[in-house]
Amino acid sequence: MELLAFGKTGWGDELFYATLMTIAVSVTAMLIGFIFALIFTPLKLSKYKSLNLIGNFYTTVIRGVPELLVIYLFFFGGSGAIMYVASIFGYFEYIEINAFITGSMAIGIISGAYSTEVFRGAIQSIDKGQFEAAKVLGVGKFVQFYKIILPQMLRLAIPNLSNVWQITLKDTSLISVTGLVEIMRQSYIAAGSTRDPLFFYSFAAVLYLLLTYLSMKLINRLEARYSRGY
Amino acid sequence: MDFDLMFTSFPKLLGATVVTLKLLSVSLFFGLFLGLLFAILRLNKNIFINKFAYGYSYVFRGTPLLVQIFIIYFGLGQIEYLRSTFLWVILKEPYWCAIIAFTLNTGAYTSEILRSAFQTIKPGVIEAGKSLGISNKIIFYKIQIPIAIRQSLPAYGNEIILMMKGTSLASTVTLMDLTGVAKYIISTTFKPIEVFIVAGGIYLFMTFIIHNVIKYLEKKYSFQQ
Repeated sequence: MELLAFGKTGWGDELFYATLMTIAVSVTAMLIGFIFALIFTPLKLSKYKSLNLIGNFYTTVIRGVPELLVIYLFFFGGSGAIMYVASIFGYFEYIEINAFITGSMAIGIISGAYSTEVFRGAIQSIDKGQFEAAKVLGVGKFVQFYKIILPQMLRLAIPNLSNVWQITLKDTSLISVTGLVEIMRQSYIAAGSTRDPLFFYSFAAVLYLLLTYLSMKLINRLEARYSRGY
Repeated sequence: MDFDLMFTSFPKLLGATVVTLKLLSVSLFFGLFLGLLFAILRLNKNIFINKFAYGYSYVFRGTPLLVQIFIIYFGLGQIEYLRSTFLWVILKEPYWCAIIAFTLNTGAYTSEILRSAFQTIKPGVIEAGKSLGISNKIIFYKIQIPIAIRQSLPAYGNEIILMMKGTSLASTVTLMDLTGVAKYIISTTFKPIEVFIVAGGIYLFMTFIIHNVIKYLEKKYSFQQ
């Protein structure tokens, strides 16, 4: 237990901040994923074959390639890509991107591919009559999406989005390879300096279990909220 | 684009693919049995057995695979007693540690898939078997299991693909699988995009094959023939 003490003698506070970091990265990645889903879901549902192809390429490649490989691509290629763009604008200094941004971007792109699939499925399962009724009533495209499609879609999407959240949360453990100090990395450091890997990795597992359990509780509430009237 | 590098790294990555496939097939093989065992335990009426099986699948599905590998590879070696037993022969090898972690992980997911498949079998099918005087054992092996397998094929196909991606974590415990070799080439040449295209292409090709094999099996074992 003294290993978990707060302050300089134990690893309690370090692990606490690491847990906050894991939550921060997961939330950021999830939001980045939503942005990607917002771009790619319309592409996948578009009438045009070429746009479909772009959408399908994104979801197929990201979901078919290991997360670790995507993270390595961002970790080793991220600053290179930024520096290349900067060099076009005449900036030639070395640029290093923060591990938090690289990590959340990598996980965000992965989570976005899963979110895209969830949104596509949810929109497709809404009855065609809803779209037609909106059209007949002369409701504008924006109001139609915002007031008619989105509320119905969310109800269908939330259970699957909760799965995406769980995947995202667990995937953040992989960005420990880039050196960002989240739960996994902190446990690695603590295990190395105390020579007690069994305890610290088991404790990390408990922390992850706690996070998944708590988020499950929260999502269940959200689900009940959006299922009002059913 | 460095096409030369892509060309020279391709055979190296292809060699590493063998390691990935070995890890995948061995852990899927053992994981399937483990999953079946725990699915049966989940359906047991005894609350302790039932809860034990639920706890197993909850813990392994609620924690990252990376933590599981690290606990087994770095953690278990710390127990003095284990070092003196024959288990140490297995646990000191990263290859077997990775396989144990993957097997336990895929076993948890598989048990959930099989459990829900068993639960969707209509009671009428089992009752029909009983009224024909077929023994419980035969009903289980000849009626319930084949229906459950058919029922769980799509979900199990996804699990195989997830597990294939999961084997990439073996590279974190010094194994040189496809991702491990890809990382090595990236870190020596600093050409991440080229290596990603080749390694990612190999992974996508495997996903494509698995996807189509499952699709074929689904068609073959579909009820409407």
